[in-house]
Amino acid sequence: MGCEPLPEDRREVVHVHRVEVALGGRTVLHDVDFRVGEGEFVGLIGTNGSGKTTLLRAILGLQATTAGEVIVAGRPGRRGGPVGYVPQRVAFDHDVPVRVADFVALGVDGTRLGLARRGRGVRERVEAVLASLELSALAGRRIGALSGGEQQRVLMAHALASRPRLLLLDEPLANLDLPRVHETIAVLDRVRRAEGVAVVLSAHEIGPLVPVMDRVIYIAQGGVACGTTEEVVRAEVLSALYGHHVDVLTVHGRVVVVEGEAGDPGAHPEVVVR
Amino acid sequence: MHWLVEPGFWSNPVVGTALVLGAVVAVVSGAVGVVVVVRGQSFAGHALTDVAMAGGAGASLVGAAPLVGFLLAGVLGGGSMEAAGTERVRDRDVATGVVLGAAAGLTALLLYFVSSSSSATGSTQSVLFGSVFTVSPSVVPLGVAVAAGTLAALFVVRRPLLLSSLNPELAAARGVRPRAIGLAFVVVLAASVALSALVIGAILSTALLVGPASAALRVARGLGGATLGAIAAGVAAVELGILASYDSFYWSSAHRSVPVSACVVGVILVEVALSALWSRARARRG
Amino acid sequence: MVARASASGLAVFAPFMANAWLAGTLVAIVSGAVGLFVVVRQRAFAAHAIPNGAFAGAAGATLIGASPLLGLVVFAVASALGVAALGRRRDDVVTALALVTMLALGAALLAASGAYEPAIDALLFGELLGVSRAEVVALALLVVGTTVVLTVVFRPLLYSSLSEEIAAARGVAVRVLDATFLVLLAVSAALAVPVVGALLTFALTVGPPAAARMLVRRPGRALALAAVLSLACVWAGIASAYWSGWPIGFFVGVYAAVEYVAARAASSWRDTRARP
Repeated sequence: MGCEPLPEDRREVVHVHRVEVALGGRTVLHDVDFRVGEGEFVGLIGTNGSGKTTLLRAILGLQATTAGEVIVAGRPGRRGGPVGYVPQRVAFDHDVPVRVADFVALGVDGTRLGLARRGRGVRERVEAVLASLELSALAGRRIGALSGGEQQRVLMAHALASRPRLLLLDEPLANLDLPRVHETIAVLDRVRRAEGVAVVLSAHEIGPLVPVMDRVIYIAQGGVACGTTEEVVRAEVLSALYGHHVDVLTVHGRVVVVEGEAGDPGAHPEVVVR
Repeated sequence: MHWLVEPGFWSNPVVGTALVLGAVVAVVSGAVGVVVVVRGQSFAGHALTDVAMAGGAGASLVGAAPLVGFLLAGVLGGGSMEAAGTERVRDRDVATGVVLGAAAGLTALLLYFVSSSSSATGSTQSVLFGSVFTVSPSVVPLGVAVAAGTLAALFVVRRPLLLSSLNPELAAARGVRPRAIGLAFVVVLAASVALSALVIGAILSTALLVGPASAALRVARGLGGATLGAIAAGVAAVELGILASYDSFYWSSAHRSVPVSACVVGVILVEVALSALWSRARARRG
Repeated sequence: MVARASASGLAVFAPFMANAWLAGTLVAIVSGAVGLFVVVRQRAFAAHAIPNGAFAGAAGATLIGASPLLGLVVFAVASALGVAALGRRRDDVVTALALVTMLALGAALLAASGAYEPAIDALLFGELLGVSRAEVVALALLVVGTTVVLTVVFRPLLYSSLSEEIAAARGVAVRVLDATFLVLLAVSAALAVPVVGALLTFALTVGPPAAARMLVRRPGRALALAAVLSLACVWAGIASAYWSGWPIGFFVGVYAAVEYVAARAASSWRDTRARP
């Protein structure tokens, strides 16, 4: 399943080219093909277990593909590329002797051998990234002592510190309350404009992303459908993706995606668009 | 049969005691070991053997029964690991290490007192390596009683224990108190380890706790099946190991037997390797 | 073990004690520094298992007439690489099986060689008083080597300790680093164990670094404080052992635990005060 090519005026940052991934003998992603352009904000939408994390890991080079290839910034995707990554959860040890500023600095020079003193460039970059994510007050705190929401924001700062061309975020909204969700999306939107970084964010709810998203990549049954929200979140598109009938209903101004036949006891709302 | 079982194996009373006690310990270790592997507490399971040693040394200093000393120290040490560890779950590794370091220091002191008050030599070695062949038959009734108590306690707490190991959030929602359950389990673990460390030594205690259970968990589909499998694998390893050690005396020209611990560990490694091959083959079949 | 108390208390600084002080100091520095990463990477079990398992190597070496130290190093490095290759991070089952395999091998080799029992006691508990000048020199080289390796890999090692996933995505060779770290742990343990004993080495590797990381927030300072706290344990341990005549392992084990408990109390107190 593929997607339309990028518009002429958008430079490509990543091209996932007909990628297939098998895990433990099961094909998790099948013939996935899409591109993301410079500075784009893309939502990767799908239910739990639909392969969102696997797809992100394949782009990062952490997950081997069984077919196809990933091109990041014109080169074959591999570890250490110009990609920032915010995993869904990092369980920091409460007592680990590392401050927020130390961790963000590791985003810049953590791969470097030797113990040369951090130059002013690194320190200024750390301060700037912390400031742009409104984290300056936390810079001297122990990373393990932060709340889950604070840690996630620090992970974003860490991922941005190396000036990546692409920022991948795995379910960053999953454990946040609604005001925090909107705040996080607003910060990401601001940062991607300021830094010119493309953002690919995975989520199981499309709703809060609609105002800022350039495009949506909908993932289900190992394949993807992409385009603008209006193009993708339609009964015929999603039915084709799922391989069976899917209803898209508008209820009190919210769009509800219902998977399964009417009267099917297993049917449940999949995606809610407010 | 003589090529398989050398003369005197069945009639030898020392071998008889070893076979019985070894089997009892293997049963308890298998049942407890499955939970240990699922909860990722192998380090605690091993460290408790060293902690129990401190109790053994203390008991021989005051002239008490060694098993009492082993049990007391094991339960105290396990309790302090759990008390220090669960408050911050990810600190468990460090808490276990600190308790182990302190207990080993205490053992050094107690052994020093023991060796300066009597001329007992080789106590370190016998505690470390143990030898089923040197266990006195008088330990059998008490050992069986401790084993039965341990199994009964494990049976009572098994449901909340497994739930809190596999799905802590669901367990908490059902009203299971993770600290209380963790403490209850560590007491069970300490009793099991203390018994096996005394009877078969520290090496075999850890080997029987972790090896058969990890092999069975790879092969069996459910936890009940894994428990039965671990018990069977553990008993088989002990009995075959004792037989091999006994026979080895006749095999070598020098008439020096291979230690029981090495024989049992050998069987356990074969079991673990077979289970790894099995699970790999199953994954390939899909 | 340390000799009985002498008439003059100051004899603890007598010339024949010089090597003991030097050896203890060097081991403390290495154990504290390597130990910080043992604690942060949650590798306490491996830190216990590798030196204990390596004694099979010493037994094997006596059997074939080679140097026991060489046997220790070879077996320690082999078990470190085995744990690194077979075990995913924190896979304690693999560590446990590696440990019992090595110990059983040691038991079999000892039985075959008929080695003298006190040799085992010495390996477990060490003989700090019997340290020779040559061993002090070997330990000094160990301190230099460990410092160099730790300095070179410090940042990527810290990075992969915080999140293996993120570090790998950024291009850190996490598996190579893990193996490097375990080999470092193995070599330092193998060289320190015959001098001060497996017990003392392990106690220093866990307690003082675990305390240090709770007391300071920066990685570099935690490394320095771990070495300092470890030194405090050893120095106090030597002095206490000298004056009481009791084994040094007892004092070091207890002092390390006391440091840990005190640091935890301090950090909990700080946390409750910070909270409104």
